[in-house]
Amino acid sequence: MRKLGNTHTGATGVTRRGFLIGMTAAGVSFGFPRTWAAMDPATPNGAVLPDAAQVYEPSLWYSIDSAGKIKVNIIRAEMGQHVGTSIARILAEELEADWQDIEIIHVDSNEKWGLMVTGGSWSVSQSWSVYRQAGAAGKTALLEAAAKQWNVSPSKCQAIKGKIVYGNNTLSYGELVAKGLSRQFSEDELKALPLKANKDLSLVGHHVTSLDIVNKTNGNALFGIDAKIEGMVYACPILPPTRNGSSVASIDDSAAKSIKGYQQTLALDDPSETAPGWVMVIASSFYAAQKAAKKVKVTWQAGAAASVSEADFMAEGRKLIQDPKQGAILDTGSHDTDTAFTQAASSLEQEYLTHTVLHAQMEPLNALAFLNSDKIWEVHSGCQWQSLTLPSLAAALGVTEKDIIIRSYLLGGGFGRRLNGDYTVPAALASKALGGKPVKMVLMRPEDLQFDSPRSSSVQLLKMAFDQDKKVSAMEHHAAAGWPTKVMVPVFMPKGTNGESYDPFSISGADHWYSVGAQKVRAISNELANSSFRPGWLRSVGPGWTGWAVESFMDEAAHHVGADPLTFRLDHLIAEGRNAGVEPISIGGAARQAAVLKKAAAMIGWGQAQAPDTGLGIASTFGQERDMPTWVAVAVQVHVNKSNGLVTVQKLHVAVDAGIIVDPDGAEAQCQGAALWGLSMALYEGTEFVNGKIKDANFDTYTPLRLSQTPEVKVEFIPSTAAPAGLGEPATTPVAPAIANAIFNAVGVRLRSLPMTPNDVKAALAKA
Amino acid sequence: MATFNLNGKTVTADVESDTPLLWVIRDELGFTGTKFGCGIGTCGACTVHVGGRATRSCITPVVAVEGANITTIEGLSVDGDHPVQVAWQALQVPQCGYCQSGQIMQAASLLKDIPNPTDAEIDAVMSGNLCRCMTYVRIRQAIHDAAAATTQAEKENNNA
Repeated sequence: MRKLGNTHTGATGVTRRGFLIGMTAAGVSFGFPRTWAAMDPATPNGAVLPDAAQVYEPSLWYSIDSAGKIKVNIIRAEMGQHVGTSIARILAEELEADWQDIEIIHVDSNEKWGLMVTGGSWSVSQSWSVYRQAGAAGKTALLEAAAKQWNVSPSKCQAIKGKIVYGNNTLSYGELVAKGLSRQFSEDELKALPLKANKDLSLVGHHVTSLDIVNKTNGNALFGIDAKIEGMVYACPILPPTRNGSSVASIDDSAAKSIKGYQQTLALDDPSETAPGWVMVIASSFYAAQKAAKKVKVTWQAGAAASVSEADFMAEGRKLIQDPKQGAILDTGSHDTDTAFTQAASSLEQEYLTHTVLHAQMEPLNALAFLNSDKIWEVHSGCQWQSLTLPSLAAALGVTEKDIIIRSYLLGGGFGRRLNGDYTVPAALASKALGGKPVKMVLMRPEDLQFDSPRSSSVQLLKMAFDQDKKVSAMEHHAAAGWPTKVMVPVFMPKGTNGESYDPFSISGADHWYSVGAQKVRAISNELANSSFRPGWLRSVGPGWTGWAVESFMDEAAHHVGADPLTFRLDHLIAEGRNAGVEPISIGGAARQAAVLKKAAAMIGWGQAQAPDTGLGIASTFGQERDMPTWVAVAVQVHVNKSNGLVTVQKLHVAVDAGIIVDPDGAEAQCQGAALWGLSMALYEGTEFVNGKIKDANFDTYTPLRLSQTPEVKVEFIPSTAAPAGLGEPATTPVAPAIANAIFNAVGVRLRSLPMTPNDVKAALAKA
Repeated sequence: MATFNLNGKTVTADVESDTPLLWVIRDELGFTGTKFGCGIGTCGACTVHVGGRATRSCITPVVAVEGANITTIEGLSVDGDHPVQVAWQALQVPQCGYCQSGQIMQAASLLKDIPNPTDAEIDAVMSGNLCRCMTYVRIRQAIHDAAAATTQAEKENNNA
């Protein structure tokens, strides 16, 4: 998470800090039994196992029952990162629990959990101190209780693997709970509890089999699309021609009436304006709804975006960048670059583009909604940001957030798509239109992609000034794109030094750790993009495309001054001043980025001669935020087929420093997947808007990486005692520039637009 | 009315004959381990075995499998211990897990045809199965591991 030392009050009066850091218990429970409203990814049907007779809750985050079973409450969504296992390891470590006793519980959206969001690679980093303190609290309570039984000092007793031991005396955690325990801890007491030294960690950093794995190999894993309620009807939506501003003009369902099981067609009335112009076809089976949807004829009044296409976004971005009055200037220490550029002996200027990218998570968007017998709206759906989704649902249904509960399911891929819970709204509205009847909505793939909140296309202009000795004297980075945070949660936006608000997730990465003299970083919102579609947060957010520009440009700068690209980077990674980093996460600063660069270079054999049309490329980024840097360097070996333009990545080597690694196997998996995401976006993905609609409708033309395109992947971690940063996204960010840099080294052409297609390569070679 | 054999039991479903097998399995018969991904046979999430062959259930009308033997992920093994499943668990292949039923069914079918596949053979057969978490590195390794375990078990059986 960003360390939000500054608090900005947004239009709604909610502070960013208040919105983000709601990690403390508050409010009252809805009275839903936990066994009903939560999900255990290790049980066959997701049902939470019943507690034994007595239960002790040392904190909000877990309970221990009299059989010794420990239920760890997880507010994060499970979408492939085995997050429950990682967080439970942190707790079990300090609690000195027996890992065999651990059960993980993905909780519902009850307000007592505070902010519920899974993204930003924050989960482990944010949970680190919270769950350690919680575990230490439980251990302290159990030690005190056992010591009292034996009439000795707690300091004479030891907690070992689920038991308190004093000499030959032993009491298990379950036995102690059975005797009755109620000790609670104040915030101050929690903070004062001693935590284990790094060298004593016995679960954190050691191999574990994630608790959700087995069910994901036998068909038992329960995803949102598997949700079922007695009496539910199915809904298949028909989407309007534009994401915003469309309204239904007419519906003719006469041809659908011949479909067995077809019931009716609803034009949704959406006060929340989340799904304007949506039409829902209702039937007794999903296949009947699909078939009927093809026969229902709808006409719309289309929104303004019906005449807007990808090139318009790019042109708007360029125009905005040329206007110096646009955008927010980030605090980079010294951003007065004018003098340096005026006095420069030479300068370099390049533009980098990225095209629209889709989430295309494997599980199409879906939601099941109904009004239950307690008059609570239940929404059953995978969701990454319950706290953001509830207000939309409340506005749509015309009720308060307390009247709604979102139940947890596994996510068949999140990647940021399910941060924006807009897809739950049409299901809820359909149910409302049907008097609260359970409605199960599933989007077919074309609708899933059409309704995506894609990663906005972007335009970036980078400039660097050099003095007579070819030393870098200043750098500028101007970035224009659609801003998801502005569209969906403007209260989240900090202010730049010029008082303008900006989307941190659409610029982070540009404020890099290289020492470049005066540094200007300007973030510009592309309003044409914001109004034409709903920009989304997509795995690795801003750094996924700012890193593309920075690390391509660093390579170009190295060539400009005749330096080796690796040496050039290392020369500018100086851990001084603001680039020294601070405790506990970013400490070490630029020196740690230099270390991963050296590591990746060694892994790939940097400097070795290559076969014809084959080249090495290197790039390095710091993951998601300056406040939570995960240092990543990627080195690739790439072959370019000059006749057809095909780029083949043969080796993809990744060096990572994310501080303490909680779950080494899971960490490696996240880095493998993230790096391959980077490769996929670099070469195989990318789409475009054509007259307000996304061009690609399915996996026949939208073509993420396949197994046959997967190179040799190696991931190595730098041992560290720094507090954990995040791992879900960072390895995505340096891959595309590493590939572009390798293409340059292989065949001498520089590509500056993502994706890099064979046609782009051929065109560049023809010009060279 | 459709009738076929599902995981060793005869089942019937009151559905239109053009209904894709996928929706019959999931919505009518309640076996939700088989997943919907694209609806046009390009992602492999819906892969089941029909007469022992890996088949995309999202584009297979139920009328085409009348009377056939169909196996889903739930029926691949009684205790979830098919060599492919065991290898998948040991290597912790799944991330989100959504595509993995299809991956496992496709891999089990691959190993039946080619007991010890090369990387190239794995690539050729498995590239029809999309994994958005990009677990491909481990999928490749797990198939080799499952092949080795099966070969070893057969050797031991022959020696016994």
